[in-house]
Amino acid sequence: MNTNNINGPEIDRIIQLMTRLPGLGRRSARKATLELIKRRSDLLIPLANAMRVAADRLIDCPKCGNIDTVSPCTICADKQRDSGLIIVVEEIADLWALERATAIKGLFHVLGGHLSPLDGIGPDQLNITKLIERARDSVVKEIILALNLTVEGQSTAHYLVDSLKEVDVKITQLAHGVPMGGELDYMDEGTIAAAIQLRREVLL
Amino acid sequence: MRCSDEAIIISVRSHGEAAAIVEVFTRNYGRILGFFYGGQSRKQRALLQIGNHVDIVWHARLSQHLGRIQLELRTSYAARVIEDFSGLAMLASMTALMRFIPERDPHIKLFDISIFVLNFLNNLSVWPALYVRWELTLLDELGYGLDLESCAATQARENLVYVSPRSGNAISYEVGMPYKDKLLPLPQFLLGNHTSVPSVDEILDGLKLTGFFLAARLRNQQGCLVHDARKRLVTLLQSSIVKVA
Repeated sequence: MNTNNINGPEIDRIIQLMTRLPGLGRRSARKATLELIKRRSDLLIPLANAMRVAADRLIDCPKCGNIDTVSPCTICADKQRDSGLIIVVEEIADLWALERATAIKGLFHVLGGHLSPLDGIGPDQLNITKLIERARDSVVKEIILALNLTVEGQSTAHYLVDSLKEVDVKITQLAHGVPMGGELDYMDEGTIAAAIQLRREVLL
Repeated sequence: MRCSDEAIIISVRSHGEAAAIVEVFTRNYGRILGFFYGGQSRKQRALLQIGNHVDIVWHARLSQHLGRIQLELRTSYAARVIEDFSGLAMLASMTALMRFIPERDPHIKLFDISIFVLNFLNNLSVWPALYVRWELTLLDELGYGLDLESCAATQARENLVYVSPRSGNAISYEVGMPYKDKLLPLPQFLLGNHTSVPSVDEILDGLKLTGFFLAARLRNQQGCLVHDARKRLVTLLQSSIVKVA
């Protein structure tokens, strides 16, 4: 059904913008918009206000490259975190994923992607210079490279190891292999091959 | 039109939220691209790593169309070297150079040699020399082959130690000595009768030789970016093979 004929241009504009969000097709965007305009006072107006405030205040953290509404970002400003530990990630989504796991309480550094010569992304396009500056701080004891297990991700990891070799800091990387709850029968061949390749001795 | 073949993955680009455009180098049909539905799913990402050896089925209504592609893994070379930085750099360089192969132009010999080289990815004392030979084969297959059989000036088959940067022909020691600063060194392992394991210097000379002709003769829109991937490999090899030696 074409909404152009039944809605004013303002509503149509909301639907149009909604379809640009990941996971939302035109149908889902229409449903979400309908919900918003039906619940104008308790959803549409607060959401519009919240988005306007966030849009005005969003800022790239000058320290780690994260995006937040305060500078330095909430993570960098958190005194409870181990400032001797920097976890390097490709994207903010990876930072959020690691935070969800609550496995480690360190600081982060967001590169903004990975090296990809074919896409024209070289070291200058990534947030690497800042990382080297941070690593030089004597407080920093360890850098964890939490990059994706792809050819590009691991090539970027190597570039970082190479760039940080002059700095006196321990560099570690995430382990690779069988995930929690993983059944070998259902696992893809690449993961199994990597797990076999990186097998370790069982210590008693 | 429908074709099925074995292939090496050259590149993968996201397309929309779920799909990917996959570029592969097939044995019998050359370099082709295809739309892979579900190419961004968690399960397919391990398969869609550059350098992986796969079986493909490509189909389209007309041969000129982008077409849809289905893939099944044969050998995950990416997984084999995921912790080996020089191996990863080799995969990146090899697949980047494969982009110079014209679309739908079969190069069976180059494909077979590529698979042969990839099978030695775990052995750093073997693959660098094979990789140099692979680059020579690539130049040859693309019509820029070097003539290393005999001296360009005297036709002598002995004592060949230089290569002319202009013609790509071998030059003997006697002829080339006065011009040695202008000539490229010819590592002996690239000559047919050489059987011993090449030294580190010979491999680096080989990379210098192929690198010169790749840069001079293979240019396209992504040329300099491709050569960046190769430069990284050469830098890594310089440090890695020196350590192994």
